[in-house]
Order: sequence, then C-alpha cells, then structure tokens
Amino acid sequence: MADERRPKQCSLVLPTESMKVMAESVGVGQLQEECCVALSEEVSYRIKEIAQDALKFMHHGKRRKLTTNDIDHALKLKNVEPLYGFQSQEFIPFRFASGGGRELHFYEEKEVDLSDIINTPLPRVPLDVSLKAHWLSIEGVQPAIPENPPPVSKEQQKVESTEPLKAVKPGQEEEGPVQGKGQGVTSAESKGKEKSISRLKPRSTHELSVEQQLYYKEITEACVGSCEAKRAEALQSIATDPGLYQMLPRFSTFISEGVRVNVVQNNLALLIYLMRMVKALMDNPTLYLEKYLHELIPAVVTCIVSKQLCLRPDMDNHWALRDFAARLMAQICKTFSTTNNNIQSRITKTFTKSLLDDKTQWTTRYGSIAGLAELGPDVIKTLILPRLSIEGARIKAVVEGPVISNIDKIGADHVQSLLLKHCASVIAKTRPLPDNVDQYRADYGYLGSMLCSHVVKARAQAALQAQQVNRTTLTITQPRPTLTLSQGVSTGSGPRTPNIIKVPSSLTLPVQTLVSTRPVTPAQPSPPATKYIVMSTSTAAATSPQVISLTSSRSSSPITSTAPSSTSTLQPLVKVEHTGQSVTTPGAGGSRTLQKYIVVSLPSAVSSEVKASSLSSPSTAVDSTVKADRTELPGASTHSSH
Amino acid sequence: MAAVQDAPVEADNEKEIKTETLNDAAGNHASAAGGVIPSPPVASTSSSGPAKAGGPGSEEQQTLMAVLQFLKKNNFVGAVDVLRREAGILEDSDESQGQELAASALGGAEAGDATCTLSRASSCTTSTPAVAAAPAKGAGEHCSTLSAAFGKRKESGEDQPDVNVVLSAYSQQGDPALYQGYYSGLKKFVESVLDCHRAELSQLFYPLFVHMYLELVYNNHETEAKAFFEKFSGDQECYYQDDLRVLSGLTKKEHMKGNETLLDFRTSKFVLRISRDSYQLLKRHLQERQNNQIWNIIQEHLYIDIFDGMPRSKSQIDSMSGSLAGEAKREANKAKVFYGLLKEPEIDVPLDDEDEEGENEEGKPKKKKPKKDSMGSKSKKQDPNAPQQNRIPLPELKDSDKLDKIMYMKEATKRIRLGPESLPSICFYTFLNAYQGLTAVDFTDDSSLIAGGFADSTVRVWSVTPKKLRSVKSAADLNLIDKESDDVLERIMDEKSASESKILYGHSGPVYGVSFSPDRNYLLSCSEDGTVRLWSLQTFTCLVGYKGHNYPVWDTQFSPYGYYFISGGHDRVARLWATDHYQPLRMFAGHLADITCTQFHPNSNYVATGSADRTVRLWDILNGNCVRIFTGHKGPIHSLAFSPNGKYLASGATDGRVLLWDIGHGLMIGELKGHTDTVYSLKFSRDGEILASGSMDNTVRLWDSIKAFDDIETDDFTAATGHIHLPENSQELLLGTYMTKSTPVIHLHFTRRNLLLAAGAYNP
Repeated sequence: MADERRPKQCSLVLPTESMKVMAESVGVGQLQEECCVALSEEVSYRIKEIAQDALKFMHHGKRRKLTTNDIDHALKLKNVEPLYGFQSQEFIPFRFASGGGRELHFYEEKEVDLSDIINTPLPRVPLDVSLKAHWLSIEGVQPAIPENPPPVSKEQQKVESTEPLKAVKPGQEEEGPVQGKGQGVTSAESKGKEKSISRLKPRSTHELSVEQQLYYKEITEACVGSCEAKRAEALQSIATDPGLYQMLPRFSTFISEGVRVNVVQNNLALLIYLMRMVKALMDNPTLYLEKYLHELIPAVVTCIVSKQLCLRPDMDNHWALRDFAARLMAQICKTFSTTNNNIQSRITKTFTKSLLDDKTQWTTRYGSIAGLAELGPDVIKTLILPRLSIEGARIKAVVEGPVISNIDKIGADHVQSLLLKHCASVIAKTRPLPDNVDQYRADYGYLGSMLCSHVVKARAQAALQAQQVNRTTLTITQPRPTLTLSQGVSTGSGPRTPNIIKVPSSLTLPVQTLVSTRPVTPAQPSPPATKYIVMSTSTAAATSPQVISLTSSRSSSPITSTAPSSTSTLQPLVKVEHTGQSVTTPGAGGSRTLQKYIVVSLPSAVSSEVKASSLSSPSTAVDSTVKADRTELPGASTHSSH
Repeated sequence: MAAVQDAPVEADNEKEIKTETLNDAAGNHASAAGGVIPSPPVASTSSSGPAKAGGPGSEEQQTLMAVLQFLKKNNFVGAVDVLRREAGILEDSDESQGQELAASALGGAEAGDATCTLSRASSCTTSTPAVAAAPAKGAGEHCSTLSAAFGKRKESGEDQPDVNVVLSAYSQQGDPALYQGYYSGLKKFVESVLDCHRAELSQLFYPLFVHMYLELVYNNHETEAKAFFEKFSGDQECYYQDDLRVLSGLTKKEHMKGNETLLDFRTSKFVLRISRDSYQLLKRHLQERQNNQIWNIIQEHLYIDIFDGMPRSKSQIDSMSGSLAGEAKREANKAKVFYGLLKEPEIDVPLDDEDEEGENEEGKPKKKKPKKDSMGSKSKKQDPNAPQQNRIPLPELKDSDKLDKIMYMKEATKRIRLGPESLPSICFYTFLNAYQGLTAVDFTDDSSLIAGGFADSTVRVWSVTPKKLRSVKSAADLNLIDKESDDVLERIMDEKSASESKILYGHSGPVYGVSFSPDRNYLLSCSEDGTVRLWSLQTFTCLVGYKGHNYPVWDTQFSPYGYYFISGGHDRVARLWATDHYQPLRMFAGHLADITCTQFHPNSNYVATGSADRTVRLWDILNGNCVRIFTGHKGPIHSLAFSPNGKYLASGATDGRVLLWDIGHGLMIGELKGHTDTVYSLKFSRDGEILASGSMDNTVRLWDSIKAFDDIETDDFTAATGHIHLPENSQELLLGTYMTKSTPVIHLHFTRRNLLLAAGAYNP
C-alpha cells in the first residue's frame, strides 16, 4: 500500500522495512507484510501528530529550530513518557557518507582515550545570561554601531553591484544607497528606495560624517604608521567592523594610490602594510568588494609582478610580499570570479604573458609563477608544467653560467624553489610511477633531477595521508560560551572534545572502514583540500562573529606574512594551522604529524609559535575564541615537511 | 496557599484521575474496554454516545468514585471520609466500584493517552483542579466544586458532543466513486456563474472539500479518499495549508477519533457569509442537479450566514476568512462592548502640575497603567462608552499607588509627542548568552525592571536602573530592626544580598509568559508545567502556584489595575483569576485551539485572547460571555495590543501580518503587511500615535496608527453587512523598519516618556 503513495510530501509514510527492522530489534521476528503496512501507517500518523504538537512548543519557545525538548513536551501532552537521553541542544550531528550507490547517515562515535579526558582541563563554566542595552534607533535613525547590523547587508551590496539596471561604467565609482545623513536608513528613504527599485538609482553625494572621517583618518594612519600594535588594532577593526561600507571607496582608493606611489619609491614595508589592508577588507564579512576590484586588483597584481619592490633587491625579502599578494589574488579570484567578469582568466592571461616573455626579469617571473601557482593545481598543470624545461634552462644559464649579477642569481634560486614546491605535488598526482630520474630529466630538463626527488617525497607523504583517515568533517558549534579545543595527534588518542566539536581525528581504525567512501589510495593520492573552521562565540557575543568568521582560503602553508596578521588581532585568538602529515616509516605504523599552532593571546600582543611534532599530543588551546583552520594540501605537506 | 507546596507529585496523580474520568467521554481503544461505563465497542457507529447511555447521574457518581479511589490510594483518609459523607456513598458500593475503577485506571494509563486530550476543553471544566492539591482543606468544598463543574460540563456538552456522535454524522454516504464528480460538478458550476457571485460561492470549496474527504475516510474508502485529496487539495486557498497538512495525514477511520483538528471541524459548524442572491443561485443549482450529497453536507456541517445586499468581492472575503471555523457569525459581534476608559480617581497633584496643563492641553488621563492611555478622552466626564465604574470591582488605591500615579503624571509631562515626523528612539535590551532559550519578557510600567522567562524553567528579574534588587530580610533579622524608626521601610531591606538580577526557581518546564503587576510588587509567570505562579518582588519567592490548566499555559497577563489576571493555554480555556483565590473566577471556553496570547482591556472589563484557531475573541469579565470574534488571520495569533483609548485592538500572527480591529463595531479596519515572520510583540505608544511591532524576522517596525484609524473613521461603515474595504497599501503606514543583529524581537514597551524599549535574545 505504501507503494501506491505518490511521492507527495505530506503523505509520506515510513517504509515497511523500517518496521521490520524495529520489530527485530525488540525481538519480534517474521513480521507479516500486512502488519508492517498497518504499523507503518499508524506510526507515521502518530509521528506527524507529535511533530505538529512539537511545532507549537517551538513557536512558543520563539525559535526557528525544533529541538528534542519540543518533542519531549509534545509527548508529554499525549501522556507519553518522553524519550530520555536526547538532550542535544542543537541538531544531532549525523555524518553523511555515500558510496557504492548507497547513502548512509551515521552518528559519529569515536574511541576516546580516558587519560585524554582526564588530562584535558575543564571547560570554562558557561557564562550567565546578561543584559546589554544599545540604541537600535535614535529618533528614527539607526546608528551604525557594532551592535546593529550593517546598514547595507552584504547581499544587498552584491545585488547592487550586479544589478544590470544599475551597472555603472567601469572606473566610475558606484555609490552607496541613498542615505541622507550618511548613516542609517531613515524611514522615508527606505520607502523611497523601495519605490525607486525599478528605475535607475539617482546619483548621490557620498558624505562621511565627522566621526567617520575621524575614523578613516585614524585607521589609515595606523595602518601605514610605525606602531605595530596600533596597526594590529586598525586591521582588526577593518576586518570586523560592520559599518565600513560607506568608507569602502575611500579605502580602496587609498590602497590603490598607496601602491602606485610606493612601488615607485620601492617602499617595501608600506606595500606590505597595504596588502594587509586588502586582506583585512577581504576578511570583513559585511563587505562586498566587487565594486572596488578595479582598484584593488591592479594594486595587488603590482605587488606580485613588479620588477622592483624594494630598495635593495638582494637583501630585502620582497619574495614574501609577492607570495602573500599572490595568495590574496587567488582569494579574490575565488571569491569574485564569475562568468561575467572573468577575473580569473584575465589574471591568468596577464601572468602567462609575462611568463612567456623572454625579457622578463627574475622578480616578475617569480611573481607570475607564484600568482599562477596559487590559482590551483589545474593551472599549474596546464600553464607551468609545459614551461618547466624552458624555465629550467633559463635557471641553468644563470646558475652555471658566468656570474652576471648577484641579483639574478638570487632571483633564479627563488624561482627554482618556487617551481619545485608547486610542481612536485602536481606531478606526484598526475604522473604515473615509477619516478625515474633520467626520465624526469628528459621531460623537464635541468630541473628534472631535483623535481624527481621532490616528487618522491610528495608521494611518500601522500601515501601516508592515504593511510590516515581523511575526513571532511565540519561540525559547527552553536552558541556555547566556551569551547575547548584539544587536538590529540598521536595514534589512538582521538581528540576529546566536549561533545560539540568533532575534530577529524587520528587513526582510529574501526571508523576508517566507514569513512573510506572517498577512496584515497597511495597510487592516486588526491585528498581534496579539506578545511575546517571551528568557531565559537566569545563573551562579547555581539561582536565576535566578525572576529572569527574569517575564512581563509587555501592558504597552504603558514607563511611569515600571515603570522603577523594573526598576531594583530585584539581578540584573544588561537589559530591552529594544521599543515598536514609528513613522513611515515613503513612498518613502524606510527605517523608523524607536523602541527603548527600559532597561539596568540593579546592584549599583550605576544605571539608565540609552538611547533609541536610527532607522537605526543601536545597542546590544548583554550580560549574564548578559537579558530582552527586546517588545510590539507599535498603541496603544503611537502613544503612543510621540510 | 496549600496548593503551592505539593506540586509535582500531585500533578501526575491528577492526570491519572483525569484519564480515568475521560475515558468514558472520549471512547477508547479496545484495551481500555474495562472502562467505567460499560460502553459498546467504539468502532461501531453508535448513534448515541455511551456516556449519555450511562446517564448523567451515574456519570457523576462514577467520577466521584474515581476521586475517592484516588484519595484512598494516596492515604488521604480524612478526605475520603468527608467526601463520602458529603456524597452519601456507602462503603461497600465504593469498594465494588473501586475494583472496576482500578482496572480501568490501568488500561487508561496505558492507552487512554491520546484520546484524553481530545475532550480537553470540556473535560477541563471537570478536572477539579484543587481536589488533589489541597486534601487537607475541607473536602466538602471540593464536592461542591465538583458538582458545579459537572453541571457546567453538561451544558457544554451541547457544544462539544461526544466523539462518536460527531463522527457518526459521517456515516451516511453516497457512492464513494462519485465524490470527485460531485466536487468537480460544483466547481464547474461556480466557475460558470457571474463574476460577482463566484468569489462568494468559492468559499464553499474548502469546507465541502474537508467534509467530503472526512466522509470518505470515515467510511473506509481509503483509496478514494486519497485520490480525492490529491486531486483537489491543490485548489484550496493557501492559508488552509496547515489544516490540510493535518488532514493529509489522516487516512484511517481510527485516526479520526484522536484528532483534535478534525473534532474542531465537526463540532463547530463552518460559518460562511454569503449574500442572498448567491445563496439562491447555489440552492437552485443543487436542486436542479438533485445533488443531495453536497446539499446534505451544507445542511449539516455548514452554517451559512445570509445577508441582503451586494455580494462581496474576492479581496473582501479573503481578508476575513482563514480561521479554523470560517468567519464569525454576525450575531457574535452584535453585543455592546463598553470600550471606554474608566474615570480616573482624582488625586491631589503637587504644585508643579501647572506647567503640565500648559503642555498637554488634552489632559492626560491619570491612569496607573498608562500604556493603556487615552488619546481621545477629551474631558474628564464619563465616557458614554465606558462601563460603570464599579462594573468590575477593582482594588482600592493604596497610598503607594497614588504616589506612583503622581510620578506617572510628572513623567507624562516630559513625554515626547510622537508622529510620522518624530519617531521614537528605540533602546534594545539584548539578552546575551541566553542559550537556554529566552521565551518571554516583560517590563514594568515605569521601565525599572525587566523579567525574562527561560526555557530552563527559570524566571530572571533584572533591574535596569542603578537601583539594585533588594529582598526583605529574613524573619529573624526583621525582629532585630527598630520598627518605630522613620526609615523602617528601608531597614527591612537586605542590602547585603542586593544585586542587579535575581533568579526565581520554581517552575518545572519552560516559562512561556511573564507579567509584572502594576504596583511592581508581584510577578506572574506561566509555564509548560501547567501552573501559573505568583512571585513576590519583595522577597523574591513564590507566593502561589495557581493550578487549573493541566496543560502548558502559553500566556498570562495582569490586569491594568492589578488583582486580576488572565491565563490561557493548550487546554483552550482562558481563566480569569484573582490573586487571592486559588481557583479561577471565570473560565472562557470557546476557542477551538490553543490560546496563545492574552491581553486585558485598559478598562479591565474585558480580556482579549488570541488562539491557534486563528481567531481573536473578546470576553466580558462580568458574565464570561464572548462578545467579539475576530477572524481574518491566517496563522496562530501570537500578540495582541489594545490602543490606549480602548477603542482598537491590534493582533499579530505567525503569517507576519498585523490586523487592526475596531472593538465597538466589531470590524477589521486595517492590515499591516511587512513582517516576514511571526509577530511576537505589539505595543501602542503612550498616546496611541504609533504602533510598534516586533517580530521573529529580527525587525522592529513602526506604523502610523493615527493614519490607519483615521482612514477608517472617515469612511462610513457599512456596518449592516460588515463589509470592509481595506486600504490597499499598508506600506504608507510603515514609518520605519529597524533590523537587529540576529535578535528576534519578543517584547516591546513604551516608557512613560515614549521611549521604545525592545528586548530579545541574541541568537547567532
């Protein structure tokens, strides 16, 4: 009978198989088919009834989410004993796996080492309810303070910038929405806006209030000033403040002009500061930058490929800036590239052009390779690998040829290590075994032999990773006052987490069978970049979401340049960069993991880097705000294993 | 009060009793066949209810026996004796029947679950709230309550007939295969009539659809029923979706017995308002076609309220329909409602009153509960629409009340005049870290305290002024203080334990409503555990637990003059209580689904209740009559607000719309569209110029209420037919929208100076 039912949502019933399974679980075998049908209809009806009652409790609880408590109360209404033991505040974190045409939902339970639990410091006591007052509106105008939502939401900004009717010629600044006094949306204007939705938006002046002008001045001065602590504060503000929308055009002009001037003056430090501003703007969850990309992209690209970025090219580490800018560029591409604006392909073209040019300087060459490499393995495969032999020859000419200048030699060295770093992982994935040095030399010329050894290392690492359970877990922690994140690394000692965070764990073998749905074999080690962000709110619940919703893209390795930016946060912040696993000793069975914890605790602005490696389960990072960002990229692993 | 102390144990026991007593009324599963009344098996379509066969006298007897049995079981020997003496029951009959009862109690406890909820509305009148709760108090009292309650029940029996009788109405049937034909035949007919009649006749579709479907289900034509549902459910108006969802799950005859929605449908005739012309048209059509099936349904299950005059338009119909049982009958809204305000007692106003008069030429009403303030009472003479001053006895003003009133008048002089040009400032109180779930909020009238009800059963009170919350010292310490000193009132307060917030523990389930008394001495809270609790804000302890609702209590509200309060909950009955009575003074029964919100009229003579049956009802406290039924909401109603002059009512529902009602005429006068989620809070400004609404969609919206009312007042009501033309665009009334940062707005309050306070829990 159940089969007759149309797949209509409201008349769904439980499958009879479920009835059978449930009957068997309570010891009733051999249940007749008719019984199953009758049972399933009855049970479905009762479940619907209870769900409808539970909805009442949800509505009166002023929530949008149905909780297990609601079900309990609904059962109580019916004089049914509630179900005990399902006291989950939030959704039940079922994991999903599919493979072989079957779909499976399961509850993740890990083996837990008791000693781990004992050694874990107690989580902090949840904060008590507290009351906080703020002005939602002052005489009809909503003040732009952090407690209020941004005047123009990101979606709205996006709509505005992509709305075809309102498309503005490139180069001409798109103005913000009509806002009379410069902040907030007054009622009359909001009405006007709704009316004018069909016609072209009138041009409007774009005034900043006195406070905003002061803020802008302070922030820009701090960003390029000499005081590192101040800069940290300013960048933090840029990355989190919800009310910056209005100042965005000014910031973007500031950055582009700044880069223009400072490139000419070869002021490396300022360029770095400006790039960090770009990064902070990108990180601000309330801002939608698309309208300002025409200013930002040239600035960033300049910092990648400019011939000279510093006064003493032989001494200063302008390479790091190029790396950092290249990553920024990749992030921009990832976020904003659409079929309309074609940012990625245009950027790729630019880089390729300078790469192909024989007269390109080493610095520029480095930049374009870095820029391309950050765009992903596919780009490396199609654009860089074919060039390997040519570049190899060029490097050879510098290294082995007559010494022309020291600068060229340094440049060639950097290009060489860059190429090795990025290409090895890609080759390891695409090139079939065996790794024959001669073969490599034939294929890739001068770089062949070095490449070969790198590839071997990369493969070894991939094999190790394949051995490990490789999961993509993303469990979001919902409002919890405190959060303890402890990550054990050693075999068998899974991370003990207080029930809500599931950090992908170690080598618990029983689970491995369950999760092996994504085949990771040594032959083809291609674990996609998995990333997790574990977030928790802190005491300042109103402001914390911005603090932590910083999504870092595929930042593959901990870089010198990101470290300061993370130290610069005012909020106590812990950043766990898990850079992947390294060499395994076959037979030993143990895995070595290189983990990098950047533990930052401010306001003292002291940053300490703890490098913990191997079998000990080293550190637990406890603080009110925890952000764990883990990126597993084969390329990264190779790199960090060094 | 004795009722307070022995809460949880007895709550359970009470339920047990109720199960027993209810089995007979509700009919039961076969397992409960050993029930009190030897009833025929329920599955058969008995024409008369088994309860009636038993006769009312014996039924009463049975229930008494059940009570006795229970008391015995719990060793309340004294109570048993008294009760037995009172009722004149002999020992032996008690014993013999007791056996039966015990058997049925077992069966009932196991299987009587779902069914007992059914006849809740009627049964709750019989649920004898205090019987178990106060065994020590003379049991004779209980007996009298009991019999009184039973008397009531018999009356209500007419409204809420026995389930089997209800269902048996579906037993007559035609050929199940023809149902689709009937329905589509009618559909074709309606489509073919003149445009002006089409909208009116289209109203028939939904009730006919439901009843035809139920007939099919009742007669075990499951496949036909499903086919019928699938074919025509899509045609129904979208605002019936919730009910259709319930119906769609209902495919078996057995299900019908336990379904409340269904029962509502049957027990209350679906009311349609149709013009005479359209009705004649329909009648003629059905007679021509010899379509008895549909005609029967119309005769039996629908109530057609025929009026003379022009047929109504589609939009007119849509604005009024949507409730569970159709529109309100016109007669239902005919009663006279005294919506005027009570005259304020004269109070000697201190000297600085002079300038107040200068500023406010209108003469502010000197009221204690100024949120119910007047904007129209021009003179201090008795308003013709006001009730008699002593229609409802109100508590005497104490000296402290008079002081408070003077304070209020002083504040009122500093009140900001609001309007479209001068919008109020909004101060938002965000509850942080409220992970246990904030469910209810209330402010005191002078905005000095906030109370929050939480899903973890606690009630918390905050002081939002620098003045900390102090409780009275313990009895031992009180003995030590000098009672003759001038500052004795200060001395009795305990400074050491003063804090900014206090937590009140006592409920055993989520707290769904809190309400401060106007004098700030008490706080009411109601909870999922079925009790309403009165807390003292002097000692921060629970004073009384009012039992009566046996199911979750969704809302409670103090009268603007104190002393009385109203509560309403899942049992569909609103109860009026006085703080010094442990039993309700009035019970307002009539809603067809949960009562979700309650509100006192500013003159304290009426209460409004909003319900999940998508109607608002206004009840007269004096006689307990329902004097107004407002239909038009398309979802459960979650907020109500009276305008300060008492003339208008605003209601907000889950569909995000706010409707405005004229109480005197009993008509809808406005619809405010804009919210995208449940409107949990509504409040008029102190002078009634602005209506503020707060919603689950994280916004506070301000509406121009003067304009909304003015537009209507210039129109002449076609009151005879009750037709209304709503202004098309409510956007013109919207004065402002203020987004919060993922914080649903669950309470709004205008301070005495017209600053808007809003509250909600941050919910990242």
